[in-house]
Amino acid sequence: MNQSTKSLLSRRNASDSPRAKGARGESDRFYVWTLRGFAALFSAILLEFVYSIVHQSWPAWTHEGLTLLTGTTWNPANSVYGGLPLILDTVISTLVALLFAVPVGLGTALVLNFVLPRRLQTITASMVELLAAIPSVVYGLWGLYVLVPWMSTTIQPWLGRLSGGAWPFSGDPLGAGIMLASTVLAVMILPTIVAISRDVIAALPKDLNEGALSLGASRSQVLRKVILPSAKSGILGAISLGAGRALGETVAVLMVIGGNAQMPRSLFSVGATLASTIATEYTEASPGNVAALGALAVILMVLTAAVNAFARRLVRRTGALSS
Amino acid sequence: MNDSLDAAIQDGAVVGEFVTDPLLQLRKVNVSFSGRVAVRDVSFDVAPNKITALIGPSGSGKTTILRSLNRLHDLTKGAKVEGDLLLGGVDIYKGGIATMLLRSRIGMVFQRPNPFPTLSIYDNVVSGLRFNGIRKKSLLDEAAESALISAALWDSVSSRMKAHASTLSGGEQQRLCIARALAVEPEILLMDEPTSSLDPVSTQRIEELMTELKNRVTMIIVTHNMQQAARVSDNCAFLLMAEDRAGELIEFAPTSKIFHDPSDPRTVDYVNGRFG
Repeated sequence: MNQSTKSLLSRRNASDSPRAKGARGESDRFYVWTLRGFAALFSAILLEFVYSIVHQSWPAWTHEGLTLLTGTTWNPANSVYGGLPLILDTVISTLVALLFAVPVGLGTALVLNFVLPRRLQTITASMVELLAAIPSVVYGLWGLYVLVPWMSTTIQPWLGRLSGGAWPFSGDPLGAGIMLASTVLAVMILPTIVAISRDVIAALPKDLNEGALSLGASRSQVLRKVILPSAKSGILGAISLGAGRALGETVAVLMVIGGNAQMPRSLFSVGATLASTIATEYTEASPGNVAALGALAVILMVLTAAVNAFARRLVRRTGALSS
Repeated sequence: MNDSLDAAIQDGAVVGEFVTDPLLQLRKVNVSFSGRVAVRDVSFDVAPNKITALIGPSGSGKTTILRSLNRLHDLTKGAKVEGDLLLGGVDIYKGGIATMLLRSRIGMVFQRPNPFPTLSIYDNVVSGLRFNGIRKKSLLDEAAESALISAALWDSVSSRMKAHASTLSGGEQQRLCIARALAVEPEILLMDEPTSSLDPVSTQRIEELMTELKNRVTMIIVTHNMQQAARVSDNCAFLLMAEDRAGELIEFAPTSKIFHDPSDPRTVDYVNGRFG
């Protein structure tokens, strides 16, 4: 390269690039600040939200302290605010709902991906997704009109006979109660679990399936040993989303769980969850009660946040391994 | 069967280089998907302990033929394989052999390395044996070591068998897939463009590996890379897509003949790079 072309090039660089850079830099800065603004706005809303709920519940925390978490009696009329029965009912109804919904949901997702012909696939998938579109109050009505009689006359007596009335199938077959709430919740969270795990499984490379078959695996071996483990992180995500929905579900649960805040003795017990108690008691609450209900809201938020954080950690760990 | 073999030989379709009986025979094989013919009347023989290459432009049915050999088309709705596909004289589609057993006798290596992502290197290698019901640790250990040695991977992974397969490079992952297939001790290994996603150095290692493995296993390779076919294969099948988009076998011959003295003018054009 001779002297003149070199100087020409350097002059062009000197005159052109700063201008180009400047123009791009300005539009970049605009986007960056807009996005930062949105991020700050949402963070502010979240903080204000958490602050106001904690603030509202503060008198209850200072007055009752740990009783809110460990007290076994919830009786707002006499200013007794033991939250343990509500926490237990919330956790138990969610766990039992998962017990029903996870196997059914995963099975459905596998069948949708690997067994059904394409036309049936579409029909079945859209039916499952329709389940998600039904309002929870309708699930509640269905629980009351259809499931209560069925539970009290058929299922619960049968379970009681089968187990000889032993825990967790002890007590009177009332129909309404924790078991019914779990059943309704299971149906409600099924679409979430099916839709997400189906997508996760469908997104796995086709090669995995064919690779395993080419080693002489049977179809069930492929599903159990290759497909499910490979989709594990996404499936855990699906389950935790379902759990989050079940923990916070309000209307359907309060319609079928019996609305009686007592320590659960069996799955047949009537009960009340954190969410259903807040919804039913808020309208007629005294100022003291309002603070206690705010405390329940804080507990519920911590519970759902913990489920989410736990699931995220699992997803991140397995995700890091499989990527 | 002998009649159709004679007829095929007279057609000029079957002229391989054989020292022993063929291991795999294809006679008038047709593959169709929901009525659309993808491969028509393909006949050739696969000699034991040789590498047979399937070459031809895209759409000529190379991979379709390969996948019919271990019945992977069974997964595709509407797929139909007709004609005779004989493994040691037994038709693999006519109830002579169970599909799972067939697939452990005819292994496969895919275009993209596909180790099981959640499993360790060790578990990947022995996965085929476990699918086939082998549980004994000493047997699995032995098989894993021997398969990894055969796949020229033992030296670099023997100290980290518990590591995830995804920690390996692309070329290593592909050799892991070869080791995984070899661990089941198949008679035939199908290779569907095994180096198309790899860099030149990794490609060379896989090609060297194929030559080393010839005394253990018969290989059938689909490749877009004519130099690769010329370098590694003993026999070569050249396919082309006909007017109606069905793949047809144009010429089957020893590789040296295909590349230096082909009978069909279309083969001449293809190996000289005039199309495809």
